[in-house]
Amino acid sequence: MEYIFGLEFIYLIASVTYIIGLKMLGHPETARRGNLIAAAGMTIAILGTIFLYQGEVPTFIYVLIGVAIVIGTIIGWLKAKRVQMTAMPELVSLFNGMGGASAALIGLIEFEHYHGQTLSIVTILGGIIIGSISFSGSMIAYGKLNGTFNKPVRLPKYNMINNLLLLGLLVFAGYIAWTHSDSQLFLYLIFFAALAYGVLFVVPIGGADMPVVISLLNSFTGLAAALGGFLYGNMVMLTGGILVGSAGTILTFAMCKAMNRPLSNVIFGGFGDTDTTAAAGGTKVTGSIKKATVSDVAILMNYSKKVIIVPGYGLAVAQAQHAIHELEQILESKGVEVKYAIHPVAGRMPGHMNVLLAETNVEYDKLAEMEDVNPEFKSTDVVFVVGANDVVNPAAHNDPSSPIYGMPILDAENAKQIIVNKRTMKPGYAGIDNELFYNQKTSMLFGDAKGVIQELIGELKGM
Amino acid sequence: MTELIDFISNNLQMIYIVVLMIFVGVEVIGHVPAVLHTPLMSGANAIHGVVIIGAILVMLGADPENKLALSLGFVAVVLGTLNVVGGFVVTDRMLEMFKKKK
Repeated sequence: MEYIFGLEFIYLIASVTYIIGLKMLGHPETARRGNLIAAAGMTIAILGTIFLYQGEVPTFIYVLIGVAIVIGTIIGWLKAKRVQMTAMPELVSLFNGMGGASAALIGLIEFEHYHGQTLSIVTILGGIIIGSISFSGSMIAYGKLNGTFNKPVRLPKYNMINNLLLLGLLVFAGYIAWTHSDSQLFLYLIFFAALAYGVLFVVPIGGADMPVVISLLNSFTGLAAALGGFLYGNMVMLTGGILVGSAGTILTFAMCKAMNRPLSNVIFGGFGDTDTTAAAGGTKVTGSIKKATVSDVAILMNYSKKVIIVPGYGLAVAQAQHAIHELEQILESKGVEVKYAIHPVAGRMPGHMNVLLAETNVEYDKLAEMEDVNPEFKSTDVVFVVGANDVVNPAAHNDPSSPIYGMPILDAENAKQIIVNKRTMKPGYAGIDNELFYNQKTSMLFGDAKGVIQELIGELKGM
Repeated sequence: MTELIDFISNNLQMIYIVVLMIFVGVEVIGHVPAVLHTPLMSGANAIHGVVIIGAILVMLGADPENKLALSLGFVAVVLGTLNVVGGFVVTDRMLEMFKKKK
């Protein structure tokens, strides 16, 4: 009995570390320690579960568990340590999917052991459905972020198909629970249907919205873990799962708010898809663009007093963070004031640009947040937009028919000169034209961000 | 219906925890700066890796003859560990970037 008490006590401590850890993750100074505290809590919970287990267990099962943990640790550790900064969001999605799959597998195994107990079966089926959706959805999100399939795929009437499939899933699950069916065929049908739903759920959503989707699926996995906790009467799974489920949901809404879009809009539609955008409106921009050469831009920057850099996903893709930092240092050495204007959702995840630039040791106070920097654009000589698009699109202010209307943006158009570096004229993730590019004050500097910036550095050095 | 009532009265403690944890989760996120949304999501992602405890319990309780259950359980433990270890390590790496705050 004392052993069990010991385990319950460990679970209690672990639960508290999750709460404290999450709380500390919300403040820049304590975030890193918070993560470590939660990790420590997780470690004791896992060790306690294995070593304080009551019951006869053959040694080979312990060995199997040990081997499984070692394999998971090595792969997980290496993946997380080796990943490029730019690929971190997709890795989070991958790990999230693994958790969902784990929850679904638990359900598949336990189904036959709870035959006849309606509510336990409901819990198990819930875990399988939610875990599977989280798994397949996360895999699609992973594929979208790493570019395997970045086009939103939309079947005709996809919303109706999806909703019908979900409804069918729930009715079928209800039928299994109600009739006390022990059919393994039905069980696997549910499993595969839920996997299919996860795919269909994420496939129509554009890549720019993936952080929101990952956050949502994250809270799904939390819920699936909590259902497992309910099944076993396991407190640490219950507290950890519910905590993530609820915190993840709030976080999802916070992310949507940063983009000024309701969650329903993200899921059901109309963003990152050129067809729908055209149908939804969005004034077509016409006019001519001006092209600039690298030496034009170098001269312009050399004689400016103040330059603001607006980084976007293009900077991350081109791995140009070190180059841009070097450019900043050269300009500073020539007496030019340089700042970075960071849009909260620039890139592929909130805070993406902060993390990317922090990697190169850009001074923290050079990274200006949107609200602080917006009034400064008027007194700025040159705005250098690198691989950003939608976050500087004035349509958000002045075109009510645009799908991004109302989204807070960086007011780059107020600067005296605007230089936009892009690879092509292709629209950004929102799939809409950007009138900023056709502005009288704007010059386009086409090319890969890293190459262009390095050429700029070369020119500036020779001046 | 009686089953439901039995279930609720038998599991009242757990139901309490669920309700209270929902509020804790909402409270804890509160006003987090947008910069930290991603590390926070990643940290929460690691925490739901607690599902690994369930996977371990499946293995410990499995019938040693039931090869299917053992294999699925094995995979579940591997995936759960990936979620936990990968989740915490990648969060740590993200946060490493923030440490040079002046």
